[in-house]
Order: sequence, then C-alpha cells, then structure tokens
Amino acid sequence: MQWEAVIGLEVHVQLATASKIFSGASTAFGAAPNSQACEIDLGLPGVLPVLNEKAVEMAVLFGLATHADIPERSVFERKNYFYPDLPKGYQTSQMAEPIVGPGYVDIPLEQGGIKRVRIHHAHLEEDAGKSLHEDFHGMTGIDLNRAGTPLLEVVSEPDMNSAKEAVAYLKAIHSLITYLGISDGNMAEGSMRCDANVSVRLKGEPKLGTRCEIKNVNSFRFVEKAINHEIERQIELIEDGGRVVQETRLYDPDKDETRSMRSKEEANDYRYFPCPDLLPLVLDPAYIDHLRSTLPELPDQKRERFTQQLGLSDYDAGVLSSSRALADYFDRATQLCGDAKLAANWVTGEVAASLNRDGLDITQSPVAPEQLAGLIKRLQDNTINGKAAKQVFAALWAEEAHTADEVIEAKGLKQVTDTGAIEAIIDQILQDNPAQVEQYRSAEEDKRGKMIGFFVGQVMKASRGTANPQAVNQLLKTKLDAL
Amino acid sequence: MTLTTQDVEKVAHLARLQLDPQATDAYSQALTSILALVDQMQSIDTDGVLPMSHPMDATQRLRIDEVTEQPDRDHLQKIAPATEQGLYLVPRVVE
Amino acid sequence: MIELSLAQMAQGLRQKTFSSRELTQAFLDRISQLNPRINAFITVTAETALQQAEQADARLAQSDASPLTGLPLAHKDIFCTQGVRTTCGSRMLENFTAPYSATVVSRLEEAGMVSLGKTNLDEFAMGSSNESSWFGPTLNPWDLNAVPGGSSGGSAAAVAARLVPAATGTDTGGSIRQPAAFCGITGIKPTYGRVSRWGMIAYASSLDQGGPMARSAEDCALLLQAMAGFDPKDSTSIQRNLPQYADALHEPLQGLTLGLPKEYFGEDLSPAMAKVLEQAIQTLEKLGVRCKEVSLPLTRLAIPAYYVIAPAEASTNLSRYDGVRFGHRCDQPQDLEDLYKRSRSEGFGEEVKRRILVGTYALSEGFYDAYYRKAQQLRRLITQDFQSSLKEVDLLLAPTTPTPAFDLGSKINDPVQMYLEDIYTLGVNLAGLPALSMPAGQVAGRPVGLQLIGNHFEEARLLNVAHQFQQVTDHHLQKPSGIE
Repeated sequence: MQWEAVIGLEVHVQLATASKIFSGASTAFGAAPNSQACEIDLGLPGVLPVLNEKAVEMAVLFGLATHADIPERSVFERKNYFYPDLPKGYQTSQMAEPIVGPGYVDIPLEQGGIKRVRIHHAHLEEDAGKSLHEDFHGMTGIDLNRAGTPLLEVVSEPDMNSAKEAVAYLKAIHSLITYLGISDGNMAEGSMRCDANVSVRLKGEPKLGTRCEIKNVNSFRFVEKAINHEIERQIELIEDGGRVVQETRLYDPDKDETRSMRSKEEANDYRYFPCPDLLPLVLDPAYIDHLRSTLPELPDQKRERFTQQLGLSDYDAGVLSSSRALADYFDRATQLCGDAKLAANWVTGEVAASLNRDGLDITQSPVAPEQLAGLIKRLQDNTINGKAAKQVFAALWAEEAHTADEVIEAKGLKQVTDTGAIEAIIDQILQDNPAQVEQYRSAEEDKRGKMIGFFVGQVMKASRGTANPQAVNQLLKTKLDAL
Repeated sequence: MTLTTQDVEKVAHLARLQLDPQATDAYSQALTSILALVDQMQSIDTDGVLPMSHPMDATQRLRIDEVTEQPDRDHLQKIAPATEQGLYLVPRVVE
Repeated sequence: MIELSLAQMAQGLRQKTFSSRELTQAFLDRISQLNPRINAFITVTAETALQQAEQADARLAQSDASPLTGLPLAHKDIFCTQGVRTTCGSRMLENFTAPYSATVVSRLEEAGMVSLGKTNLDEFAMGSSNESSWFGPTLNPWDLNAVPGGSSGGSAAAVAARLVPAATGTDTGGSIRQPAAFCGITGIKPTYGRVSRWGMIAYASSLDQGGPMARSAEDCALLLQAMAGFDPKDSTSIQRNLPQYADALHEPLQGLTLGLPKEYFGEDLSPAMAKVLEQAIQTLEKLGVRCKEVSLPLTRLAIPAYYVIAPAEASTNLSRYDGVRFGHRCDQPQDLEDLYKRSRSEGFGEEVKRRILVGTYALSEGFYDAYYRKAQQLRRLITQDFQSSLKEVDLLLAPTTPTPAFDLGSKINDPVQMYLEDIYTLGVNLAGLPALSMPAGQVAGRPVGLQLIGNHFEEARLLNVAHQFQQVTDHHLQKPSGIE
C-alpha cells in the first residue's frame, strides 16, 4: 500500500520587542525567576492590558512578507483554560479575526523546484510562563517572566507531505522572521517553537486521515525525526487494524518517540470571546503601505537577483540568501570587488568552511567583507595567485594583519610575472634535473603534457609559490621543446 | 431549558468550582430559572444585527514599545500564598 | 461641620474655620460611633487619614491646594489602594493588599483628598442589596430593616449617614444609582470610558464604570472633575477634553426637553413612587423644562441581555483567582485541580459562583450563539433605541428603581427577583451612557430616586439639571431617620 502523509505546522514566533505585548515589562531572556513579571503579567486584580505597537508592526511585516491579506480590523479574544503558567486563567489571543489573513511561502524541494505552502492565517497572542519541575518539596515552581511575551502564531494549511518538506517550510519561516528582524529565531531559547499536525492516508484518497498534534518539537532536527516517527506510528497502527485517535502527543527527543498527553486533552472548551479590556485593532491602509515600503529584500527576491543579475548558480544563490547576514556579507564583498562569482566562491568556500571549523556565524567572522574584497582584488589584478590567496586569507582570519596588501607585503607573496626572473629559475631547475629533462625529451608527444607537471612543481617551489603558474607553464614548454 | 445536575457539574468543572453535592440541586434550580429569564431574548429577531462587544465604537490605542516596568519581585510576592526562590509554588504539575 | 457640602467645607478650610485634621477627626469619630450599626465600612484607615489631613493642612497653608485638598472621602473597596487591603467584599481577597493604587485613588490622593477607609459592597460588585458581602450586609441608615442597595451600598450608606461627605462607587448595572436612590443621595455613573478602570477590580469590563457619590449634584461635579479623564493605562479610556463640570451647574434649564420613557413608568413602577416622581417632574417644568413621552421598547430585554453579558465577562475576569499568586488558597491542596477547586469554592460566595456558572455556560460550546452572541446583538438594538430617543429629546427622565429600598433578606434567596430590581438601570450600562440618580422624595420613610440619562459625554448636562432641581428642593438635604 502507498501511504501519503499530510502535515500542517503551527509555528509560534516570539517577537523581538523590548517590552511585553500588553505591559511595559522587559522581554529579555534569562532573568532571575519572576523578576520580569509585573502586575499586569501576573494578572493581579484591577490591572489592564494596552497593546504594544511594535508587536502589531512586526505581525504586519510578517503578513506582507508572506503575501498575506492584512484585514483592516482584527480582534483580540480570550482563550479560557486553567493552568499554573497562565496567570489570568485565559490567554489573550486572536481567533475569528486575526491580524494576518491567508498568505503563502514557497519552499525549495529536495528533488529540485519549489512548492507553495499556504498559510491559513497568523495571529498575535501572549506567551505563557514556565513550569519548573525540580523538586520543591514535591511542588512545581512557576516562573512568569515569559508570560506576556508577544507571540505570532503562524498556522499553515496541511500542504506538506513529508518531514523534509516540513523542515523546509520551517526553515523558510525562520529565514523570513530573521530577515525581517522580527525575531531572533533562536529555537534553543524557545524564540521559535513548533507544533505539527500529522495524519496519513492512502495515496489518491481525497479525505484526510485523523490527525495527531505533536507538541514540543523545537529544533529542525527534532521536527524531522518526530514527524517521521509519527508517520510510521500511524501507518503501523492502521496496518495492524487499529485506528488513529485524535489527540495531542508530546515528542521526547531523548527516547525519540511521541507519547499521548491525555491529561491536557480532557474537556477542552476554550470559550473564546472578544476580550472586553481591548478594543478592535483597526489598521489604516496608509500605515500598511508605509510598512510595505520598509520591507527589506526578502530571501526569494535575493535568490532571484543572485541568479538573474549576478549569474550565480541556483545552489550558490540558495546558500547565500539563506540568511540575511550572509547575503549582506556577500553583497558587500561583491560591491567592493566587482566580481560576484569570485565573491560567491570565496564566501561559500573559504569563509563558510572557516566559520564552520571555528563554530562562528557570519556576523562573527574575523574577516570582514571589506578585507575579503581587498584579497579578491589582488587575485583579479594578478598580484597574487590562488595558492597565495589562501595563505593571505588564513593570515587575515588569524588577524595577523588588517589588509590583504599587508599580508602580501609581509610574507612576500607577490606573484612573479617578470619573464626574466622566471626564466632564470627555469634554467636553474633544468640544469639541476638532467635525468628528468632527458626523459622528457625522449618521451612521446602525448606523454609530455603530464611530465611537464614535475618541472612546474619544482619551479613553483623554488619561487615559494609566487611565480605566475600560467607564465611558468608557457616558458617551460618553450624551453623544453627547444632543447 | 432545564439544567440537570450533570450539566451543572460539567460547567462547574470548566469554571474550576467545587459545588457541595447537596447544593448542586439548588444551583441547577437557580440556573434553570436564570436561564428561563435569559431565554426571553429569543423573542426578538436579531438576524443580521452586528454583535456589540463594547459600548463605544472606539478602536484600540497602541503603546510605545518601551520597558517602563521594573517589577519588585519581593514586593509583588509578599501577597503570594506560597513561593520559594522567587517561584510561585503549586502542587506538582504532571504533563 | 459634617452637614456641610464639599464646596462649603473647602471654603471653611480656606477661611481657617476648621482644619482638615479637625474635619477628618469629626468624621472618624462619627464612623466609630455609627459604623458598628450600619456596617458601611470594611476598613477604616484612621491613622493614615490623619496623616493625609495634616499634609493637606500644610498644602492649604502654602496655598498649594486643589479645590478638593483636605476634604475627606471613602473608597468603595473595589478600588485598589496601595498599602491598604482591598477585599472587594470577598473572602477571596480578605488579606489582599494591592501593590498599586487605582488611577481614581491616585488622582484623588494627588488632589489632596483624605481617605477615611474602604466601604462595603456586594461581593465583586455582584448584587443589588449589599447582602452578598463576605463582611456582612450594610444596613440602610433610613431604616435598619432595609437594604442600602448595591453594589455600592457601603458608599451610599456612609454618605447618607454622614460618616463621610462623599465616596467613590462603581456602576456595572446600576451599582451607583440604585444604592444612591435607596439611601437618598446623589450619584452619577459617567459615560463608559470617562473614568479610568485601572486598579478597579473588574466585574464586567465592558460595563464597569467608576463614579462619585455624594449628597448633592454640586459635590458630585467637584469629585468627577478630579476622577475623570484619559488614562493611558486603560485601553478603553477615552481621549477627550473634560468640561468644567462646576461651571455648567448654573445654566438655566429653559428650553430643555426631557423624555419620559413610557416603559419606565409602566406596571413595574410602584404607584407611590410614580406619584413622587410626578411631583418632581412638575418642579422641573416650573424651571422651564418641557417633558415628552418617548419609547424604549426593548427595556425589559435589557435584563436578560445584561444577565448574559455581565456573567460571561465576570466568569473569565474571575479566573485569575486561583490561589497561586495572591488571594485565598485552600489548605494542603492534594493536586492542581484540588488547589483550584477548593480555593475558588472557599473564596467565592454563592452569588459569585452562580454568576460564574451562568457566564461559563453562556460562553460554552454549543450555547455561545444562543446566549452570548444573541445578548450582544440585543445590546446593539437596545443602544440604538436609546440613541434614537436621545435624538428627540435632550435627556431622559425615569425612576432609578421600581420600588424604594426593600427589606433585608426579602430577595436574597431568589436571584431572579433580585435581578428584576435592576430593570431601570441596566440599559444605560449596555449602551455606555451617563446617568445620574438623585433623591426626589420619600415613600413610607424610604427615599425615592429620580434618574436622568444623557447621551455619551453629557455628564455636565445631567449635573446641571440635578443641581437646578436641588436649588429649589430639599430632598437631598434630608437626614436619615434610622440612626439618629
């Protein structure tokens, strides 16, 4: 039997505001417990919420970047349930009238091409606090610092059919929110969290299967593993004659399994209704147009520019547009050296490898794009050859000097293009290696090409890598053939 | 509409109220008579009327994104029934 | 001294006839003498009151005083007061001291008023008789067998009994106007959004509105001036300039048209009340007012609409009382559910639980459309009724209640009977309109309240009409007979 998985994701994005969505307390991560929970976040009697304009702006930017409708009016509602990390006994959220309407993102497929994943809507809501289960005499400790942090919940349509597609979608959302600067996207700190709705059906079957919601999948790797695991579980269950029960399941990364969370499941009746402490949010079309004009160039647009205008390969364009900082680095280097392909080679090659080796990200690169461009320029004007360039880069990376020129000067890496100087070295090498010269002379014409490599190597070595390889080749061939 | 004691118990659970078993009957009677009063609403046709959640047709005002609160945790926790190391304590939460 | 109006007291302070300390002490003495009989105060803050009075005297001496500096008042115990416990009439908050003050409290404090304490109320403002308070009922100073009304019954009784010259109240479905009527004082519920709700413990957020209660419209105008105004901490607060209420008091009434909604003078109204109101209408006509019958056909349906919307909002507003961060917590909770259920069931009284249950039911799956949504649709129709009648006339005149104060215990066991008492006050809250109640006479020794209803932001007009009426009548000067 041919099974097909159907996957939809709900992604919670913590917005990078300074203060909370409804209060003036800080949203900074990692403060002492409850030191950033003010009376509003604590839900004390008589307190009232006032909406943070930045959270609204960020939600609208996300909507515009996902080609979504931004309705003129949206409404905050109360989602009612009791839980210790939810101080008011309700979460202020949006339901019937969210701030961001239907939109989409395009994701690259592994087999090539792209797929459009529709976004049902995105809405603003407040985050809850955290329960700490360390033992306090058998009690649980509640930290409400996170309570009230603005969240944008992005709800996709069930348009994905594999764990890989789900990861690609999640990466696309991640790249969008970091491009827009509306979230740091740090999954380890919970700035971006994901719940996956997974069901399976026989290929060709129009009806959706019963879905399970998997919670707590908070890294790209876990999303893939958890979804694959859940797909297998459901297929096995059905093939064994069982039935999938609609439920919430928790992913346990240690055991790599999902398990049922029945305790939270019983009698969910959230009694949504418009929050009477907040009024309808009405957005002026001029405000939305203004925000549209502030949108940065987004990953898709960058990728297109890199291939269409700069002539990069799809692969390089994809890599370089994957993060805004990387793209900015590349753009700057290109701008200064004027050669996009060379810049792309260096950024995806030497720079990426060195970052990876040292566990740094592009914003921490010891070699600035200006320095890289300086290096590339010396390659372009033949001051150095490729081999020397790598040495220069290594020296810049190690912060031995500030510019490529300083390294070239200090290490004497300037390429020797002076024919006389190269000829002198060649003559010396030929004189020192009579046996090899004899072999070359007696060899068949078609073997000679290979044998010349030995002499090139010797000459380069003698010049400490500074001789221009093309010139060496040319001169060697002329001299040997004339002997 | 008559509310049974089971209905009342279900609603009481949603509201996290524990009703004295002897009082549940009284609650269901009281609620039934309140709902009878409330049911008078059904005598009016409201088809097509926009629901009104707020008496003034005002819209939400926005706050500048600034940190204006520096919570004094000790002060705020003076009124808390049970805390330890700055955390609010509740009976063990099982997930 | 205790018989003076706020304006007269302010004059006395400026002329050094007496000091704020002397004034404050006089009222504190009266509280210790009479409060045990009527239970109008939950908390009396004698010590801080005297300190505030001394500060006020210093301000007065430095001519750094507002019109209210040095004048005593009391706060309904629903307004959070930093450093003084705020109970909301509930066991749930018996030991709750808010770490902040309500905007209303801060504004009156900045004006230099002296707070004598916190007044009794129906638990979480849910009631029309003050009998649902965890701290026992307040009694009506006119007749100790009668209720003072609710939920601001403690404030109304305290003002009527001259325990304090003025007090704050809140009005969700009549909670300022009905007790003002029952206790023979003047009280105004402003337009929704006029007075900040920050720090005012929520009952039903889209209906709640704070306002002043005093013996005269003039005193109410003075207080409202300081209480009202935009507050950035309340999203529903209105950004609009405040008129000078005291200035508007003296406008002549010539040419004003008052509408008499016929549904408010129907079979629900007791004939004796109708007679008292008839006389009041004649007095107003002599002042140049023209009266005209209007119709508010949906009047009766304000009761069911209100008793869905208010409990629905209340049911979720009261979810925060869970025994975790503040408030009552049960002993030795076995598990989380036990913590929630026992803390809440022990902390809340019967009427609060009833309303939480009704509200939860009205919002629950399968019933939302038939109850909550329907009530909100009716709310719009009721509001439209008010608005169209207020296009025909300047103000509406109506009874505040169908009967004078009823006997203690007579309705407490029948919630529906109790709810029907609110028939003339609820519509105003649904529509967010300002309305005032003032004494218009008595029936069998119990005061009768006359209600004036205006369009949004017409508080000045309401106070103007009431003040002109009080210039030619003395109902507002009558002293309660029950405790002297």
